[in-house]
Amino acid sequence: MSDPHHEHDETHGREHGAPLGDTELRVKALESLLFDKGLVDPAALDRLIDTYETKVGPRNGARVVARAWADPAYKKRLLEDATAAIAELGFAGRGGEHMVVLENTPKVHNLVVCTLCSCYPWPVLGLPPVWYKSAPYRSRAVIDPRGVLREFGLDLAEDVEIRVWDSTAELRYLVLPERPAGTEAMSEEELAALVTRDAMIGVARVEAPPR
Amino acid sequence: MNGIHDLGGMHGMGPAVREENEPVFHREWERRAFALTLAAGALGKWNLDMSRYAREQMPPAEYLSTSYYEHWLYGLELLLAEHGLVTGEQIEARLAGETGGRVRDQRPPEGVRVLRAADVDELLRQGRSARVAEDIQPRFKPGDRVVAREIHPVGHTRLPRYVRGRHGAIDRDHGVFVFPDTHAMGQGKKPQHCYSVRFAARELWGAQASPRDAVYADLWDDYLDPA
Repeated sequence: MSDPHHEHDETHGREHGAPLGDTELRVKALESLLFDKGLVDPAALDRLIDTYETKVGPRNGARVVARAWADPAYKKRLLEDATAAIAELGFAGRGGEHMVVLENTPKVHNLVVCTLCSCYPWPVLGLPPVWYKSAPYRSRAVIDPRGVLREFGLDLAEDVEIRVWDSTAELRYLVLPERPAGTEAMSEEELAALVTRDAMIGVARVEAPPR
Repeated sequence: MNGIHDLGGMHGMGPAVREENEPVFHREWERRAFALTLAAGALGKWNLDMSRYAREQMPPAEYLSTSYYEHWLYGLELLLAEHGLVTGEQIEARLAGETGGRVRDQRPPEGVRVLRAADVDELLRQGRSARVAEDIQPRFKPGDRVVAREIHPVGHTRLPRYVRGRHGAIDRDHGVFVFPDTHAMGQGKKPQHCYSVRFAARELWGAQASPRDAVYADLWDDYLDPA
């Protein structure tokens, strides 16, 4: 199988392909049963999938971050009432009912995790990547954030305070990364293009564009 | 429950491995398992806390050796069976290729509203707020010192083991929310305040942790005592 996730994920514990075929068949069986019982509408399933594959994703969050960088009044609203400020840009709803934005500064670095499951701000970041939902990140982000960040290529100085936010309730967290130097002349659209999913989870910084 | 899902602070799980240009779904069955879970949830037979609790009941060895959407599938099957909508026997029969008694477009049971494509956008836009519009007094205010209760409920809880018995401070009050421990067990919403509680990393992990770092967890009144 050419599934990159299963090739890379050593903790996954399954032989490539073998039992996955069973899961595939089981999902098909369940879907056909639910359809026969009139409990699901296949067109609704397609619509749900299409929404999260093509419409909702980290580009939404990047627009929020770029707006906050470009507009101090917006940034103030975003830090005071993130749900309302994010809704101004049209992003709201499932998985983002109660948003909190955490501002990174030269002295404070925020990192988001869900140790108990996979809570993640869907309207602004889409569905979470596999690593975010997997045991290695969930187990270690709280006990060894500096080690985890180093694995992501981010080595923070000892005098930077790391705040790890464990999403144990219905609050959903979005990190507002530091605006990189040398971006003063950039438009909001150009700024948004610099912002990555990882920076909005807190496992990366936003890099300045190459000169 | 003191389940395997409560992973915070465990060792031995290996490095976090980031996949470059990761797709939203890796396989077709993941797409279907995701959408089936949301569509079945929209039937209104169970709440989000019940969904989480269902996934937590996967046997620990199986939880660690399966992928994320297999956890979802396990939870979905459990909820469908508990609510009498699809039984495990029916799934096994369908897997065995038995299609006897198959009736297409059968009407759903009384009182069940089926999610239609035209309603998907509105369902997602509305979300499902767990905030409760009730005027309930908070037990704590920002700055208060608290200790997380040393409790071990056998049902669902969102109080991670790694903070139990540990001292922290209220960072902010998020307002009144549904209490998951009762909501997941069908015992009502028991609305109460939920707070971000700041725990110093050294309070949780001892001298090995950085003296500057902290972990914030969102905790309800019923998880906390004054310290």
